Amino acid sequence: MTAQAVAREEVVRAPAWSPAWISQRLQKVLLHVVVIGLTAAWMVPAIALFTSSFRHFEDINSTGWWTALAPPFKFTVDNYAKVLSSGNLGHSIFNSFMISIPATVIPTTIAAFAAYAFAWMKFPGRNYLFLALVALLAVPLQLTFVPVLKTYVSVGLVPQNWGFVGVWLAHTGYGLPFAVYLLANFFRALPSDLFESAEIDGAGTLTVFFRIVLPLSVPAIASLVIFQFLWVWNDLLVALIYVGGTENVAPVTVTLANLSNSLGQGWHLLTAAAFLSMIIPLVVFISLQRYFVRGILAGSVKG
Amino acid sequence: MDLLIQDVPTLVFVVVAVPAVLAIYIVGTEYLVRLLPDKQRPRVRPWFWVGPALVFVTAFLVLPALGTVVTSFQDHDGNFIGLLNYQRQLGDFPTGGAWIAIRNNVYWLILYTLFVLFFGLILAVLFDRVRYESIVKSFIFMPMAISSVALAVIWGFMYSYQPADAPQTGTLNFIVVNVFHQAPKTWLSDPTVNNFALIAAAIWGITGFAMVILSAALKGIPGELLEAARVDGAGELTIFRRVIFPLMMPTVVVVGTTLVIFALKAFDVVYVMTAGNFQTDVLANRMYKLLYQSDNPGGASAVAIILLIAVVPVLIFNLRQFRAVEARR
Amino acid sequence: MRLIRFTRIPVIAAVAALVAGACAPGASNPNPTGAVHGGSVSVIGVWSGGELDSFNAVIAPFTQQTGITVNFEASRDQDAILTTRVAAGNPPDLAAAPSPTLLTRFANQRKLVPLDNIVDMNKMKQDYAKTWIDQGTVNGHLVQIFSWASIKGFIWYNPKVWTAKGYTPPKTWGDLINLQTKMKSNGDTPWCVTVNSGAATGWPGSDIQKEIALGQVGPAVYDKWWQGKQKWTSPEIKGAWQSFGQLLGANDANVYGGANYIVNTDFGKVGDPMFQNPPKCMMLNQASFITSFFPKSAVAGQDYDYFTMPSQNSANEGDRVGAADAWSMFHDTPQARALLNYLLTPEAQEVWVKRGGKIAVNNKVPVNDYPDSVSQKIAKDLVNNTKVLKYDAGDLMPSDMKNAYWQAIVAFIQDQSKLDSILANLDKVQSSAYTS
Repeated sequence: MTAQAVAREEVVRAPAWSPAWISQRLQKVLLHVVVIGLTAAWMVPAIALFTSSFRHFEDINSTGWWTALAPPFKFTVDNYAKVLSSGNLGHSIFNSFMISIPATVIPTTIAAFAAYAFAWMKFPGRNYLFLALVALLAVPLQLTFVPVLKTYVSVGLVPQNWGFVGVWLAHTGYGLPFAVYLLANFFRALPSDLFESAEIDGAGTLTVFFRIVLPLSVPAIASLVIFQFLWVWNDLLVALIYVGGTENVAPVTVTLANLSNSLGQGWHLLTAAAFLSMIIPLVVFISLQRYFVRGILAGSVKG
Repeated sequence: MDLLIQDVPTLVFVVVAVPAVLAIYIVGTEYLVRLLPDKQRPRVRPWFWVGPALVFVTAFLVLPALGTVVTSFQDHDGNFIGLLNYQRQLGDFPTGGAWIAIRNNVYWLILYTLFVLFFGLILAVLFDRVRYESIVKSFIFMPMAISSVALAVIWGFMYSYQPADAPQTGTLNFIVVNVFHQAPKTWLSDPTVNNFALIAAAIWGITGFAMVILSAALKGIPGELLEAARVDGAGELTIFRRVIFPLMMPTVVVVGTTLVIFALKAFDVVYVMTAGNFQTDVLANRMYKLLYQSDNPGGASAVAIILLIAVVPVLIFNLRQFRAVEARR
Repeated sequence: MRLIRFTRIPVIAAVAALVAGACAPGASNPNPTGAVHGGSVSVIGVWSGGELDSFNAVIAPFTQQTGITVNFEASRDQDAILTTRVAAGNPPDLAAAPSPTLLTRFANQRKLVPLDNIVDMNKMKQDYAKTWIDQGTVNGHLVQIFSWASIKGFIWYNPKVWTAKGYTPPKTWGDLINLQTKMKSNGDTPWCVTVNSGAATGWPGSDIQKEIALGQVGPAVYDKWWQGKQKWTSPEIKGAWQSFGQLLGANDANVYGGANYIVNTDFGKVGDPMFQNPPKCMMLNQASFITSFFPKSAVAGQDYDYFTMPSQNSANEGDRVGAADAWSMFHDTPQARALLNYLLTPEAQEVWVKRGGKIAVNNKVPVNDYPDSVSQKIAKDLVNNTKVLKYDAGDLMPSDMKNAYWQAIVAFIQDQSKLDSILANLDKVQSSAYTS
């Protein structure tokens, strides 16, 4: 038995009802109480919205959402029905995917290469260049619209000719600073022994990157994919500027925003719309969760 | 070219072709680099790797940013007017020009960053210890999946106000009136609380972000390290302070830096919930109004440059961190 | 040569007639656009939700007759989208805006196509009140046309409740003040007012105040006011604010919920307390579109009716403030011309009128098209009883002035005693907002 296993057994085998045993159990219970309690409190606003999405407009307006949880239960699926039947929903969901997937894949791949260079290649001006990249995170997007759009128009990169290419490129440009910043940090956290052993084994840059670094960085890349996808999926303004809001190209954010009219009427439909539009990003998040596993690095360093 | 809009094959093509092209590019340039003598290789290679990223950010961010600098010195017709735009935005201290926005951004900077980091860290560490981690993480993450318009609807409900003699429809005022027996508060229009109300809504929306990244970093800490510490008899708090937190420090810096920049750029929550009224204005909102409502691109540019200048201290901090990490290697 | 040229004209005319005939099968429709067929026109507007349904109903006959596809984009961020697209050289063909502010800005930048030769000016002069033509004219050219309007200065009340309590609609300003006092002595709250509206918070209150202003100071001073030539601190304008304060009551005592409720409640909810049982307020002042926010169960004429706000100065009785959807053209294409001319016709405008919520600007739209007794009364009022129709002063001011005005309304509601400093601040904005 290893020393660790022995120690663990000693800890586990504390006699029942001994102070150590009680203290352990209490700690466990406390942990669960805190975790569940925090999560529940955190969810209150979302539960409020969820409940409201099943209520009639007049009820939402006149009474608090918690009153719906007691009899008489006046629930309705009207709001969801209206949202689901709004003409363009299916097509705009498709459009959202058409926009979001490339706008996630392209910056992630470009950032991976750049981040590796910033993390593990020494070159003059590296730190300052990297900082400049981080600084670009602060550039307000609205100020880039006119110059970029002007250039697009002058080269003919408009939706009629090139579809979504314009918005893919724009989201790539806008998403790269954060992507590089995040990935560079994770790459840098990899133990340097890794690279030294690889060098000793005669592995070149390409081998190290593709065979060692990338597989070990899966949690980081998964996080980046989630965030970039999410931000593009939920974006409204960039899409309106570079793609427009006409029915055949509008993403789902535009379609849902247009459920309420210019005077704000129909806002109660937004309660249902919010939940429907949340489903896809959540599915992406949950499906990527399995990459957030401890121990990927375990056993990666010899000796 | 209608194909580019409608087709699933196009989507698949793009998703496969772009990484493939980039991989070919990297491999191709590696061969080019191999043609050089050994000493030259590490000097040339990095530029090929960062090249595509630099091209994109130059085109979409750097050049427009430079254009913004130029515009900030111009009047509406393009004539050079020196620092006049800045004077107008920064005049009338303490309540004129952009000063209320600047004050509010300071609130955001401190409260938003600290609370999100705090919650993100605590949640990441606590959730790591339970088996149903995935589930609770998804719940905390859920607000991230909501668009800013929906966030405004949700928190509009939370902060809703009814006169004291009418039944409250807002969650917070319901608690205030029925549990604490106080008069209901006008959370969004009362200048003593409204900034904090907005910041709270934003914190709720972004904590999932911090939690996910910090959790990923946490997973990178080898399990054996933690086990060994526990076996040595260290309590949980000590383990956190001595083992976990120091190892996560670089990631905490990254998340913190990103949050600080988000706080400076805060726009969506303010725009949708109060539009900057009742003294909740922030720099990004002010810039938006100057650009699109007041038709004052010079003023908007000046505000943007002020924002960019405010980022510099953060960058200096980051630089110090890099150098510290390098020194330790 | 000469022979060919002379025959060419009749041949061309014959072909054109054939084409026109082929493209307009239901030729009984007086559509002046018969010559254009196919293609598309891009429009940016703010209509979404139910409004978009109504607009689509309006253009359905147009698309059917001409085969022109209307690509409509809606966005409430219209300021941002349109400004960016225009600046980048990529504007839509047409834009529909809820107020002329943005479009006037583009007119001054010379980005709009003058419409003098595109629309039939003679017909316009017959079908439209002069005020609408003048309103759309910038620097001597017609650049904006108006399709659907809303009129302000209507005071809505519940006739059933009033009959039961013995109130009658006042005819003069003095009567209105007396009615307020009577209501308060009965324990009723006279007014419901709500002004929250996101970025535009304050505008519903400004509607009340500017209607009072028109009635008090008259059209000439009203014009000088929005043009920036009349100081806010001048006795005339200050008087209009003080009259507004008279309605609100000291510390907003005449209004349900007081300042907090007024400022924090969305403008669409203004009628909710009035329709409660027992009613929490007796009347509210809002433009004609507010009826679409009343409970669906409320019946026009029975559960709600209106009277027009009496003018403080009886010489101005019959003067009304109104606003309308403004259209402008960025690209002169045959399809854009066709759509614009279509929107000017009574047939196009009555489609939306029949669906409710809008008033047609074209005065040839029959009164009976309006869906209920109250909106018919509005239409008749507009034609018969309106002496002078003035466009919404706030919408005519430069953006900075307008926003300062709205915020001043909020500040006034929150503390009426600060009126002098509020007005002084408005003067300050006025001195810089009108230049550039």
